[in-house]
Amino acid sequence: MAVPKTKKNLVKNPMSSGAKAKAPARVRAKPKVAVWKFASCDGCQLSLLACENELLDVVGEIEIAYFLEATTSVIKGPYDISLVEGSITTEHDVHRIRKIRQQSKKLITIGACATSGGIQALRNFADVDDYIRAVYARPDFISTLRTSTAIQEHVPVDYELRGCPINKLELLEVINATLNHRTPNIPHVSECMECKRKGTVCLMVAKGTPCLGPVTQAGCGNVCPSMNRGCFGCFGPSEASNGLALARQLEKLGMSRMEVRDYFRSFNANSVAFKKISEAYD
Amino acid sequence: MATEKKKKPAVPAAKANGPKKAAPVKAQSKKTVTRTIQVDELSRVEGEGALFVRIKDGEIKECKFRIVEPPRFFEAFLRGRSYMDVPDITARICGICPMAYLMGAQQAMEMALGIQITQPIRDLRRIMYCGEWIESHVLHAAMLHAPDFLGLDDVLKLAATNKQVVVNALRLKKLGNDILEVIGGRAIHPINTRVGGFYKIPSKKALRGLMDELKWGIDASIEIAKLFGTFDFPDFEYDYHCVSLKHPNEYAIVEGDVVSNRGIHIPVSDFHKVFQESHVAHSTALRGSVRDTGEPYLTGPNARYNNNYDQLSKLSKEVAKEVGLGAVCNNPFKSILVRMIETAYACEEALRLIKKYEEPDVAYIEGTPRAGEGFGMTEAPRGVCYHSYKLDHNGRVLKAVISSPTAQNQPQIERDLLGVVERSMDLDEKALKWRCEQTIRNYDPCISCSTHFLKLTMVRE
Repeated sequence: MAVPKTKKNLVKNPMSSGAKAKAPARVRAKPKVAVWKFASCDGCQLSLLACENELLDVVGEIEIAYFLEATTSVIKGPYDISLVEGSITTEHDVHRIRKIRQQSKKLITIGACATSGGIQALRNFADVDDYIRAVYARPDFISTLRTSTAIQEHVPVDYELRGCPINKLELLEVINATLNHRTPNIPHVSECMECKRKGTVCLMVAKGTPCLGPVTQAGCGNVCPSMNRGCFGCFGPSEASNGLALARQLEKLGMSRMEVRDYFRSFNANSVAFKKISEAYD
Repeated sequence: MATEKKKKPAVPAAKANGPKKAAPVKAQSKKTVTRTIQVDELSRVEGEGALFVRIKDGEIKECKFRIVEPPRFFEAFLRGRSYMDVPDITARICGICPMAYLMGAQQAMEMALGIQITQPIRDLRRIMYCGEWIESHVLHAAMLHAPDFLGLDDVLKLAATNKQVVVNALRLKKLGNDILEVIGGRAIHPINTRVGGFYKIPSKKALRGLMDELKWGIDASIEIAKLFGTFDFPDFEYDYHCVSLKHPNEYAIVEGDVVSNRGIHIPVSDFHKVFQESHVAHSTALRGSVRDTGEPYLTGPNARYNNNYDQLSKLSKEVAKEVGLGAVCNNPFKSILVRMIETAYACEEALRLIKKYEEPDVAYIEGTPRAGEGFGMTEAPRGVCYHSYKLDHNGRVLKAVISSPTAQNQPQIERDLLGVVERSMDLDEKALKWRCEQTIRNYDPCISCSTHFLKLTMVRE
């Protein structure tokens, strides 16, 4: 898959004004939004389709220029906003993301894969030669990179939206803010703040349940703690988090060093702050 | 991106409606006529897939449905992880059908650790799974697949002509997501499920709050089924080997034995003794087949319908009859009808279970780590999804094997394509390409799922 650029790929989108050539000067063209997929589970771009109550309103304000999961029609770039899901795991994708960057005024990554490499970045911690020795089939059929990396390791990114998966309300806020040239109102505080706001009793203090809330960015809607489950870090590290202090506390709660390592090594394993802890506990 | 080959004859001007990803290309010589149908980027499917068909002198020489999604190696990196981590990690194989991975892995771990779940936990899982069927089936049938039958590019164009059906479909999809949210805490990648049960028992009040919408959902999905019943379906049937779960007392969703319409009846643990997966050059997904014969088989809505029709509700059967389906449906294009019938059934079933729901005393049954082996299988919206894990004495994974429905269906999709192309030779390039894409979309292929269990075979820097 690559950026469509040939003439025959150009199809007039019926959502636009309908004029075949250029729209009349006084009619302001709708901003063009493209959605791109790299290595991922599709859950984050699905969040856009999961805006059931808002979907028809949203697409009334924008022009969906490229969204392969939802539509066959394709409009050529440049795009006002590119939403990018997934991580970079192949040589081909390294080139593809560069082309997409060239055609995008604003490039926003959505989700843990695009923002930190995702769960597939667990390969970054493995001895890949061991994998090869262990595995068989037909090596010649597959080509892939040794690592799974975030989009910003390859091209400049204008905004990174966290989450595994993202919160659809935050997605709407980021699209809205970007279209209106303002900074998205997305908190970078820790999940602890969400517990306090929601009145959720601290699981770690009250029940001794291990929780990554103190070092994880808020935004999920407090889903785990309010269901009696310790946070497991879907939204990645919060600003200025002190992961090592939390890791020591987790040990005091009875977790083994290996358990602490694995706790930090999941959907945001390759984020700088979490990686530091999991490697210290390796 | 369109791949171009050799000489390019005049391509019919693209109209507003029709497949556009790549232009069909004809390479002609004096004696032979070769037609190539090539689609490099399939749209309205989940993940990255491609299609290649080569026809020479009216004979199909090559027909490949390629899965080009980059592999993510779940089976490799699950090794060494605790049994408790596995369901949440495997859920990330697919954002559309996370339940198939959460439940399959949980069942397998419960088997390995000897955990017996209680009836209320089982019921809650079935209700949640109904939510996933509703959400996934409606997304596919109404928003991704229906435009094919109307010659439209996407659901937004459908909204321009028939807004009410799209509004209803979105509301239905939301209903599915709401069920997942009420019980699972989150619609995409639910967080409230765990090995042994749930972190928090959902309240009776919260579940009962879904009842009115479910009653509406039954009517709405029947109405959509009837509307789709008026589509002009391509005349194509195939004598499928249908593989599904079967449960003695209910239309199988969350558990059962593996059965087929050709006499297979085995426990889930024997799945890979009877079925196999192999690896070919043109695809990053493994491909399923029957071990004895090497023949493809079908899993998914039509297979379930054909194997378990008797266990559908009275109302579902009436709707099926009304839209022209008998007890067997072998036209893959009519899977869109079966999906809507299953949606109506899922609404009915969730409603029935919610009515009798009482909050259980315990949210989960605790397990003690031990060495063992476990198997799990559920009916994902796209078909059976198999899990097997070997654990060491600390409950850490020694070996993981996961078979997704799309990987299993891949060879059957190619068979269908062959048959459809054979019968559609008289169509022009554009129409034929559209028909091929539609044939693949019959399967609602979930391509992320199908590749993500591939074992790491090579790394090139």
